[in-house]
Amino acid sequence: MQKFTLDDLRTIMRACAGEAESIDLEDDILDMSFEELGYDSIALLETAGRIERSTGIAIADNDLTILGTPRALVDLVNSGYSREAVT
Amino acid sequence: MRVRCAVATGLGVAAPNGLGTENYWTATLQSVTGIRPISRFDATVYPVKLAGEVRGFEPAEHLPSRLIPQTDHMTRLALTAAAWALADAGVDPGSLPEYDAGVVTASSCGGFEFGQRELENLWGRAPGHVSAYQSFAWFYAVNTGQISIRHGIRGPSGVLVTDDAGGLDAVGHARRLIRNGTPLVVSGGADSSLCPWGLVAQLPCGMLATGQEPDSGYLPFDERAGGYVPGEGAAIIVLEDADAARRRGARCYGEIAGYAATFDPRPGSGRPSGLRRAIELALADADVTPSEVDVVFADAAGVRELDRVEASAINSVFGPYGVPVTAPKTMTGRLHAAGAALDLAAALLAITNGIIPPTVNVRPAQEYQLNLVTGTPLRARLRTALLIARGYSGFNAAMLVRGVA
Amino acid sequence: MSRQVVITGIGVVAPGGRDTKAFWEMITAGRTATRRISFFDPHPFRSQIAAECSFDAAAEGLSYQEIRRMDRAAQFCVVAARQALSDSGLEPDALVPHRTGVSIGSAVGATMTLDREYAVVSNGGRTWHVDHRYAVPHLYDAFVPSSFAAEVAWLAGAEGPAAVVSAGCTSGLDAVGHACELIREGTADVMLAGATDAPISPITVACFDAIKATSIRNDDAAHASRPFDRSRDGFVLGEGAAVLVLEELASARRRGARLYASIAGFASRCNAYHMTGLRPDGREMADAIKAALDQSRLNPEDVSYVNAHGSGTKQNDRHETAAFKRALGEKAYQVPVSSIKSMIGHSLGAIGSIEIAASALAIEHNVVPPTANLNERDPECDLDYVPLTARELPVDVVLSVGSGFGGFQSAIVLARQDLKAA
Repeated sequence: MQKFTLDDLRTIMRACAGEAESIDLEDDILDMSFEELGYDSIALLETAGRIERSTGIAIADNDLTILGTPRALVDLVNSGYSREAVT
Repeated sequence: MRVRCAVATGLGVAAPNGLGTENYWTATLQSVTGIRPISRFDATVYPVKLAGEVRGFEPAEHLPSRLIPQTDHMTRLALTAAAWALADAGVDPGSLPEYDAGVVTASSCGGFEFGQRELENLWGRAPGHVSAYQSFAWFYAVNTGQISIRHGIRGPSGVLVTDDAGGLDAVGHARRLIRNGTPLVVSGGADSSLCPWGLVAQLPCGMLATGQEPDSGYLPFDERAGGYVPGEGAAIIVLEDADAARRRGARCYGEIAGYAATFDPRPGSGRPSGLRRAIELALADADVTPSEVDVVFADAAGVRELDRVEASAINSVFGPYGVPVTAPKTMTGRLHAAGAALDLAAALLAITNGIIPPTVNVRPAQEYQLNLVTGTPLRARLRTALLIARGYSGFNAAMLVRGVA
Repeated sequence: MSRQVVITGIGVVAPGGRDTKAFWEMITAGRTATRRISFFDPHPFRSQIAAECSFDAAAEGLSYQEIRRMDRAAQFCVVAARQALSDSGLEPDALVPHRTGVSIGSAVGATMTLDREYAVVSNGGRTWHVDHRYAVPHLYDAFVPSSFAAEVAWLAGAEGPAAVVSAGCTSGLDAVGHACELIREGTADVMLAGATDAPISPITVACFDAIKATSIRNDDAAHASRPFDRSRDGFVLGEGAAVLVLEELASARRRGARLYASIAGFASRCNAYHMTGLRPDGREMADAIKAALDQSRLNPEDVSYVNAHGSGTKQNDRHETAAFKRALGEKAYQVPVSSIKSMIGHSLGAIGSIEIAASALAIEHNVVPPTANLNERDPECDLDYVPLTARELPVDVVLSVGSGFGGFQSAIVLARQDLKAA
């Protein structure tokens, strides 16, 4: 089964929205909020769009507003993969 | 009631022949051209081979990484030039009272390369592949918006689109805002369309030069004139209320003493071009007579009919060979919204340093009766400079700048 | 004595009505023009709704060559300009060319032409090195949209200052504000001022899809634009144009012109916050409102009607409500506020001018257009938004506001002419 990793997310985040000055994405960012990481709503939308296109996993509008952290986003994509594997 | 004066206190330049004001000015005085064969994309199939590309610009060296995915190349140039101009002026707008600073920029085609990528995503892939940043990264207002955000500028701001007249129109409007009570306005223009779609969208106007040799590609006022070379760049000028500038001990490049804009009559109407009137109105606005103008920075379209109209307008005001005329844009190509703003920067530097930058490669044709400064720069005591800028379809702008004692 | 600016002619091309009369009739009837997109197959898109104009360029008097060379947005503003000139009663030879200027707003320029022609030169996005042999003759007019101002200037014989003002969604307000300034400072006596946009094209729909800004109420398009309503889910893309004839007051009076209203004040600010986001406190819009009222020498108590930006996004309607409260104080709760975007969608750069036209007509007719589709207010939007039905009341002073990508916040004040102190 496919897996979406934090590193996959890091790559996409850098491409979509760069890296905030005081932040190193290589740090333990799983539970930092996107706000703390310096990503605004557009950066998140762009990131979500890129993830959708590269993984095929849809990220619903509602989910996007709730997702606060990289962990939540990675988990969402992986649960999407699980659902696909089952169907 | 006393009319407030607007003075230029900071310059920021990203030009094809020099990244940074000092590099640009040094190169310009040494007749170093930024016109070269197009390298940004493979131009083999296109009839246009030359362009003025800004070289050596690495976005990561100038901008925070978070701004890079969301900006077109021209916005990166604009932001960099704006930061340089503000540093040059020694002012941080965010530290001024809340609404005491504004931004007015000119744009011509917006973020065209960014736009091409997203159009390719749309048509070549699917709607879902269009970037979220397309919602603002390409549109004409983007440079004003991004400069405003980066520097905390919240006062009256704007964006003008008048093709190659834009650089002067933006600064003219900035002066208006200062007169109306905003003490500081960041102004100027940035444009870049050096991508295949940018070139192809311009080609049908029939005015682009198709020469291959950089030294003979763009020859305004020359009998060999065959069009213009397109270029990219950014020129940002910090304008301030003269009293405010004086109070904070700012260095002053010069005063925006006069400005006017007109529009040509419909082609075929038989009515004369409005360019002469724009020049006369700008001089009247500055309360300056033609004999008091020390140099003219020409628009220099490089298209015979347009050159004829411009030469005729200049001569009708100054008399044949009546004033030194120059076009340093022969070293950069025509930069659309950045063009006239870059000329303004050059004029301010010329006045400050007492030296007129040359027009390169041009052998002035007698028919134009212009005293064109060619070959080497000309040392001269310059109190005033007149700038002329014209946009496609008939936009005319003229500006008179005056050195401060 | 300072020069004042009056509106003496109005021309509107809007969804649901081909001219000013039809436009006013539709919005005061509370009817909407938001429908399923018909210009192209909308099914690959997230939002499939738009407010399209039924526009027949030939029937509007444009020639074959004008139609060929002009982007749809240029066609709109030329037709609107012609309507405005006719409405003003100004004879063509009464205009002094060098004292007549043009100021046209547009947020997205010749988007339809660029979108359509890109598909051709790239052969469906297949090649980055697009084919110049397929470039149409007037493509430069689309490349740089200053052509819109040029076309209006040629129509009117204007040889004064001409420009396109492009400040995103406040372009329509800012272009009119710019024109007023040129008259006030003595540079021009007559200005053709307005705005146009024709953005209903795949690239625009796609980019608003990407930021989820537009409504996805695709199964109920007629009721999708719901400013201030609890169930609003984004704006509906629109198109159109409005052009006004602005004149210096004394010379308008001398020729016996009908005066719709004076433009008493205009101000703009930037939020310097985010290219698309808004802070909830609305402080910059509030400051623009205060500055516009100050310039008008009027107070919040004098305002009869507020024509809102009211785009129908969650964030805008709250931001704006906060701005009204901040700027108008208690009066915010008493003055009627409405958004005509509920009926004609959001035409980006054009809408500001269309809303100024509606504001002038509100003064002319003493009628305030409603906010359509407002069935249940968002609890955080607790003002009187004139739900569903137009309202008759004395309208002497109208405040119209706009907010745009890039952080632009603008406000303009119109006043019944005989109200204004000389």
